[in-house]
Amino acid sequence: MADFDFADIAPPLTPDYALLEANKCLFCHDAPCTIACPTHIDVPAFIKKIATGNLRGSARVILEPNPFGHSCARACPVEVLCEGACVLNDRDEQPIKIALLQRHATDYVLERKLKLFQAGKPTGKKIAIVGAGPAGLSCARDLRRAGHAVTVFEAKPLPGGLNTYGIAEYKLKADVALAEAQDVLDLGVELRLGVVVGRDVPLDQLLAEYDAVFVGVGLGKTKALGIPGEDLQGVVDALSFIEHLKTHPYRETSVGKRVVVIGAGNTAIDAVTQAKRLGAATATIVYRRGEADMPCYHYEYELAKRDGCGFRFNAAPQRIIGNGSGGVSGLEVRTGGGNETIPCDMVIVAIGQGARTELTWPKEDPRVFVGGDCANGGAEIVNAAAEGVAAARRIHQRLTNG
Amino acid sequence: MADLKTNFAGIESPNPFWLASGPPTNTYGQVAKAFDQGWGGAVWKTIGEPIINVFSRYGSVDLGPARMMGFNNIELISDRPIPENLKEIAEVKRNYPKHAIIASLMVESKREAWHEMVKQTQDTGADGIELNFGCPHGMSERGMGSAVGQVPDYTCQIVEWVKEVATIPVIVKLTPNVTDITYIARAAVKGGADALSLINTINSIVGVDLSTFEPQPSVAGKSSHGGYCGPAVKPIALHLVSAVAGDPAVKIPISGIGGIASWRDAAEFIALGAGSLQVCTAVMHYGFRIVEDLIDGLSNWMDERGHRTLADIRGRALPRVAKWEDLDLNYHLLAHIDQDKCIKCELCWTACEDGAHQAIRRLPRNNGGPVVEIIEEACVGCNLCAAVCPVQDCITMERVPNDYPAVSWKEYAAGKGKLAPRSEHFHTANWSPSAKR
Repeated sequence: MADFDFADIAPPLTPDYALLEANKCLFCHDAPCTIACPTHIDVPAFIKKIATGNLRGSARVILEPNPFGHSCARACPVEVLCEGACVLNDRDEQPIKIALLQRHATDYVLERKLKLFQAGKPTGKKIAIVGAGPAGLSCARDLRRAGHAVTVFEAKPLPGGLNTYGIAEYKLKADVALAEAQDVLDLGVELRLGVVVGRDVPLDQLLAEYDAVFVGVGLGKTKALGIPGEDLQGVVDALSFIEHLKTHPYRETSVGKRVVVIGAGNTAIDAVTQAKRLGAATATIVYRRGEADMPCYHYEYELAKRDGCGFRFNAAPQRIIGNGSGGVSGLEVRTGGGNETIPCDMVIVAIGQGARTELTWPKEDPRVFVGGDCANGGAEIVNAAAEGVAAARRIHQRLTNG
Repeated sequence: MADLKTNFAGIESPNPFWLASGPPTNTYGQVAKAFDQGWGGAVWKTIGEPIINVFSRYGSVDLGPARMMGFNNIELISDRPIPENLKEIAEVKRNYPKHAIIASLMVESKREAWHEMVKQTQDTGADGIELNFGCPHGMSERGMGSAVGQVPDYTCQIVEWVKEVATIPVIVKLTPNVTDITYIARAAVKGGADALSLINTINSIVGVDLSTFEPQPSVAGKSSHGGYCGPAVKPIALHLVSAVAGDPAVKIPISGIGGIASWRDAAEFIALGAGSLQVCTAVMHYGFRIVEDLIDGLSNWMDERGHRTLADIRGRALPRVAKWEDLDLNYHLLAHIDQDKCIKCELCWTACEDGAHQAIRRLPRNNGGPVVEIIEEACVGCNLCAAVCPVQDCITMERVPNDYPAVSWKEYAAGKGKLAPRSEHFHTANWSPSAKR
């Protein structure tokens, strides 16, 4: 395969289209889209500003409550959030293209490197943030705006968390995630990469050196299947697979000819579509329950079907069968009609992540704040951003009032 | 099918749709093409001593993505030699004998100059003459156009000169840039005008380029006020047509002009007294082809409503144009929200709350039921909620019957008639958001 298609599945709007779309917005009062957004972006306000040609102001309306407005514009499940709540659905029309309009406004400032926020007057307080993902950096941004000194500890070599490493390439590319992270870091955040808190630095040390600690470490490794054959070559976890794809030239990520993805969440969809686009002849979701039980969003399901991915429902994996030379030759599943072997040469496991094992944190310590996937069990970028921002507010209150 | 044949002050055309004097009627080729596509008549772009135009002549007012909601120009009259224009008018008339061809004229305010121009025009076989007393830009600085049309005595004087030699109908085109257009209309009648046409364009500056501070349209960094037209001016034109058509001292045919872009606009002008219709901006935007739906839409509507000829609808709305003091104070309305149609945007609430009479109550969104309801005792039936509602027929204004005979302000002030009871809240002083809560 010479060419890989990882172009944006939702390409940006042209200026003319953006103007047309922005003018379709009714400018609802107490707008359902805003209510539906976990960060409560004032959607009608930012769209109105697009309509008046005030893109800088529009981006500010987006990024003020949501420091990750860039990546949310690309990767948010808007059909179940703002766009799903749009009143135009009730007029039997397509909802306003809120995500694309959000991208139109936020791209404007990102491309021009416009700085919308400034660090506040130094307060002399220091906060440690563990994890440079959307939760940690959202928290960092608002703490810097309040004037607190912030140090972010990140285990990976690059900031951004799953935005950089874990989102399907056709939705969000690492350069956007990194630019978005850099925007926060430019407020004067100290970033320590390659440091695993809990292994390299104990949490107690942070609590001794800083006035508060925010934990936004996300989740740990993909859970084990607990079936024979899991250790064969050709069995990979979905997040490692996607991370490799996103951090290497496309041709360097190896993919089987016949790929099976176990699991039916949104990460499974990311994995199966990326495998297909990397050149797998077949890429099939294998799920132990039925179609209606799939935890992925309907929109994601449609994406995978559009990419020509296969689906096997009510097929519970029993064992991964070796090919005699260390690799994979098939996946044995139990179905209503007895056991069956699905031939494959690669198995991607996407049955959810477990908690972090290297780090635990005290639940009662008033100096410790938590947000993002490690607090909510795994949700969207927008939830992580909302929780990071909320934590910054609580930390600021604690450090300035108490 | 409805009969759209038009006889306007003796000028006949197959339908009432004429091209207004302007860029679309500059040449034989344009007018012939327009007639081929169905236009009933054309008023030739104003003829006079050829002028020299500037580059950059038009400015547009866009409403969101909608282009040319309003439009202005600083273009002058024809830049072509008089004989050339007259020759082409004669050719059009020869080749399109059933269509109305009217020459728009503008010359310096001298009796001999007008006599000469009118005589030459009549030699072409043109059906009529339109006197351009309306252009507000450029020519007015030279004592022509609206400089004439803004002074009743000048208007009357020049019409008299023209009528001394005219053998074909003379239409006087009026400027809206006056305090009371009926004074000018009456002056034209006094001078002997056979008909009027209105409105010419409205004086305007169409906008300012915020990166350079150049008013638009910019000519080497500067601009000049120009004539405003397009859909935005239609309501102004409708009012002025009705004012002139309803003036008992006028009583001559009126050609309606100003923002006509659809058959609906046309029907409204006719209903307010227009005998023919002139269109320019819509053609500059979309081309001559729009005449097809102007004709088709108007005749379908007439057929559906049982109107056979234009005479059946002409002026039908005029008796309903009244003075405020004659409106019925006992006619009460109440807004009604069709909750099945409501999409819960709450635009009605915010409009009424901030912009009108605080007569809509918000209900919690999370209840699943309605989110807005009319506070009946506070609703003054103003129409604002219905105007902002994005769903057709969701908010309607319902009549609230009462047993009281109609009473106008004039009657009431004179001690005649009784007011039907009104909620104390109908008086804003007794109703405020704080009183409500």
